[in-house]
Amino acid sequence: MSPLSLSTQGLEIIAAILAAPLFVGWVNQCRAWLQNRSAPSVLQPYRGIRKLFHKDAVLAERASALFRITPYMVFGAMVLAAAIIPSMGTRLPLTIAADSIALVGLLATARMFMSLAAMDVGTAFGTLGARREMMVGFLAEPALLMVIFVAALISQTTSLAAIAEHLSGQTLALYPSLAFTAVAFTLVLLAENARIPVDNPATHLELTMIHEAMLLEYSARHLALMEWAAALKLFNYVCIGIALFVPWGVATESQGPVGLLISVPVLGLKLLGAGAGLALIETVSAKLRVFRAPELMATAFLFAVLGLLVHLLLGA
Amino acid sequence: MPTTPLDGCLLLIAAWGVIGLAGLVRPHSIKIVGHVLFPLSALCGLALAAIAVRGINAPASHVVLLIGLPDLPLHLRCDSLSCLFLMLLGAATTGISLFAGGYFRQGHGAAPGLLCLQYHIFLASMGCVLLADDAYAFMVAWELMALSSYFLVTTQHRLAEIRRAGFLYLLIAHLGALAILLSFGVLQGGSWQFTFDSMRAAHLSPPWSTVAFMLALLGFGAKAGLVPLHVWLPEAHPAAPSPVSALMSGVMLKTAIYGVLRVTFDLLGTPPWWWGLVALAIGLASAFYGVIFTAVQNDMKRLLAWSSIENIGIIFAGLGLAIIFHGFGMSALAALALIASLYHCLNHACMKSLLFLGTGAVLHATGERNLGKLGGLIHRMPWVAWPTLIGALAIAGLPPLNGFVSEWLLLQAFLFAGDVPRAFVDMLLPVGAAIVALCTALAGYAMVKFYGIIFLGQPREPGLAQAQDAGLLERLGLVWLAAGCVALGVLPVQVISLLNTVSRGLLGASLADPAAHWWLLAPAAARGASYGPLVFLVIAALVIVLTLLGVRMFYHRRARRAPAWDCGFVRIDARMQDSAEGFGQPIRHIFQPFFLIERELPSAFDHLPRYRMAVTDRIWRYGYEPVGQLVRRVAELVTVLQQGRISTYLLYSFVTLLVLLALVL
Repeated sequence: MSPLSLSTQGLEIIAAILAAPLFVGWVNQCRAWLQNRSAPSVLQPYRGIRKLFHKDAVLAERASALFRITPYMVFGAMVLAAAIIPSMGTRLPLTIAADSIALVGLLATARMFMSLAAMDVGTAFGTLGARREMMVGFLAEPALLMVIFVAALISQTTSLAAIAEHLSGQTLALYPSLAFTAVAFTLVLLAENARIPVDNPATHLELTMIHEAMLLEYSARHLALMEWAAALKLFNYVCIGIALFVPWGVATESQGPVGLLISVPVLGLKLLGAGAGLALIETVSAKLRVFRAPELMATAFLFAVLGLLVHLLLGA
Repeated sequence: MPTTPLDGCLLLIAAWGVIGLAGLVRPHSIKIVGHVLFPLSALCGLALAAIAVRGINAPASHVVLLIGLPDLPLHLRCDSLSCLFLMLLGAATTGISLFAGGYFRQGHGAAPGLLCLQYHIFLASMGCVLLADDAYAFMVAWELMALSSYFLVTTQHRLAEIRRAGFLYLLIAHLGALAILLSFGVLQGGSWQFTFDSMRAAHLSPPWSTVAFMLALLGFGAKAGLVPLHVWLPEAHPAAPSPVSALMSGVMLKTAIYGVLRVTFDLLGTPPWWWGLVALAIGLASAFYGVIFTAVQNDMKRLLAWSSIENIGIIFAGLGLAIIFHGFGMSALAALALIASLYHCLNHACMKSLLFLGTGAVLHATGERNLGKLGGLIHRMPWVAWPTLIGALAIAGLPPLNGFVSEWLLLQAFLFAGDVPRAFVDMLLPVGAAIVALCTALAGYAMVKFYGIIFLGQPREPGLAQAQDAGLLERLGLVWLAAGCVALGVLPVQVISLLNTVSRGLLGASLADPAAHWWLLAPAAARGASYGPLVFLVIAALVIVLTLLGVRMFYHRRARRAPAWDCGFVRIDARMQDSAEGFGQPIRHIFQPFFLIERELPSAFDHLPRYRMAVTDRIWRYGYEPVGQLVRRVAELVTVLQQGRISTYLLYSFVTLLVLLALVL
């Protein structure tokens, strides 16, 4: 555990926590531009979170302790996930404690706690949101796992940092299997982060909502943490995507402190691009009926399995 | 003072027998049976687990008991494989017996003392199954186990539904026993010696060893509840009192795994790789079939029973994988797959027992098994709700609990199978990994349904507001098993060092020495992959606590209570929440082809509109019912012969005699 790896680790965690709302703001801004609206400030998510923290929390009468601890659990899970994902450097002390399978498990833990908390108060919307979240999740989770498996098979390890290091070492080799899985991953990213073809982050009270339905009973600091965790989740997913599909520029052990200095702006550029792409996808696609969502996820799962078979057939 | 682990185990098994008999002294006294005998039995379980842990690393010991039929002494043997399963039996029993001490009160249709006897015979017979070293001893113990559990299943024998469940269980248990008996018949290989030692020495030709393996798979698979022999399991497990369901699901199913391991790796020696493919396919099919049915159940115990089918499927998948790798001589991967499978046995024993005990406590407090009539119990029964939450999260395979460790190991084994010499196996294995991942995610769905509907939300019936929390003994049992789930989750290296010994005994190979870091799981076969649950847990706890403190320090901790908002809807009542049927609806919709769904929709003119929907098993309808009808039709043909008149029967004997004479002369 060198000082460099420790500082990379610390920098990653702090950067993820701080930059995640900014990324959401950036996506919102791009979307507003694409839709010919005047855009809110990129800092708007911070203002929202700050406002919520200052309010008095209102808890439903029937809410149990599970309801109150869930925001902290979900936020903690997302921070831990951010610590494992090699967004800036691949030498992270924490990656030995959790590989990519554990990362998927961590995301599943957060999802399960959110669904349980949504059921806790016992309202119609809460259970509806929980059911739909699990419906999307049970197909998205194995799809994500399959996506990671393809990269794991290519680089012969399930450690995400090692995968990123291996893939960034290749000189722009084209992996047909990764092309399939990139499609699958994009679909999973959209579904898991309540983005447009599956859910709509901009509306409340739509009969098709998923993520917002689970948060209806939350207020003040709990809601702030949940919103922040959702921003972190989006940030994490995009960083997983970057680590798997465009890892070039990530700092590796051999590069020393210079690598880290380079990788931070490179990551920023990649995130700008990813945010714009995300906004574009959301603008050009229409919201699906809720019962088409499993079909979308099944497509993602099949694409990922296809990627796996392509890898085994072609060895690439 | 017992000298070998075998002596100690025998002594404790005998003690269980004595405790059982002591129940008959004052069969109606709850004080004696519940507060003395069952806790004593838990103590024996703890001692058994402790002795077995020590025994895993000890050399195998034999003993020959001169009881039973003349010239047929009982051979007993205790090696690391037996010890592992004895440890599982002992540790699970500790929790279950404690719980049972509080659970068995009047009103289960039988005196507590009688239940105590049946329960302890069941325990002792499971112990004997694990120690038996000849086919006679094994079969006697096996049948004793089936019969004693049959009587426990039919405790409430006045209900026709429970008698039917018991009958189905007995029927399939005996089909299985028959197959096992035949398998032993093949295994003796012409020596007519039925000790396991002579079976090990007998060298069967490949076709005969395949026959023996298939018969064993059939026999033990019937006990384990593999598809398509699973039909008894969702009937019998819910019918039994909850501690017995816990024992059956948590421990008895594992004796079948023990049997398969014993026959395949110990008695038969070197299994060819394609047997593994069979086991893997059956295991994955069971896992998938089990889990989709889990998600659509409305009865909480039936839901858990289906989930057992899923978990047994995953265990068999790991076993199949181990056989495949062993057959190809890839010993490190074989050890990894076997250890994943054994680890899942331990996990499942812990978490499924815990969940069954949780449902038992709910059943006791509310009298309801139907999910549609429960809800909100986390407020009334926190001592049941929180341990059950651990069990539910563990069975959904979430880190850092135990279910995740075995899933992780199994996925590693699947993933790095790259060098299997047969290309099509190479292609199939990652698809197997996909199925395992899908099953785990679906198990998460089912567990949100199970936990959310029972413990969260508003009570769906007014009577639930009077539900009482579990008593002291019941709490102890639940906490013991929940602690087991956590311990197996955060200390995998220590558990695997035990499993390594078993793996060495069976395969001659084990994982690389895991003792490099006592907190880091890094099997050699999975290059570069590691998992450190303790670090994981500590960091997660640290982040959560820091967040909590940070929010409190920088802002405030004011909170007030108000009625639920629900988008401003004024009158919220319990019927607006999802019912169990409603929560399972997406699964019914997505996996429709697998279910047989009967719907009864109300029409506009009904006086009492009623909606009814039942999901049934296609295998029962199209597999078992035709066989049943065939048997009935044949039986009807036979009735032509059965006239019920003595002169006709005399005529039959006379004709038979004539025919025989004609043949002989």
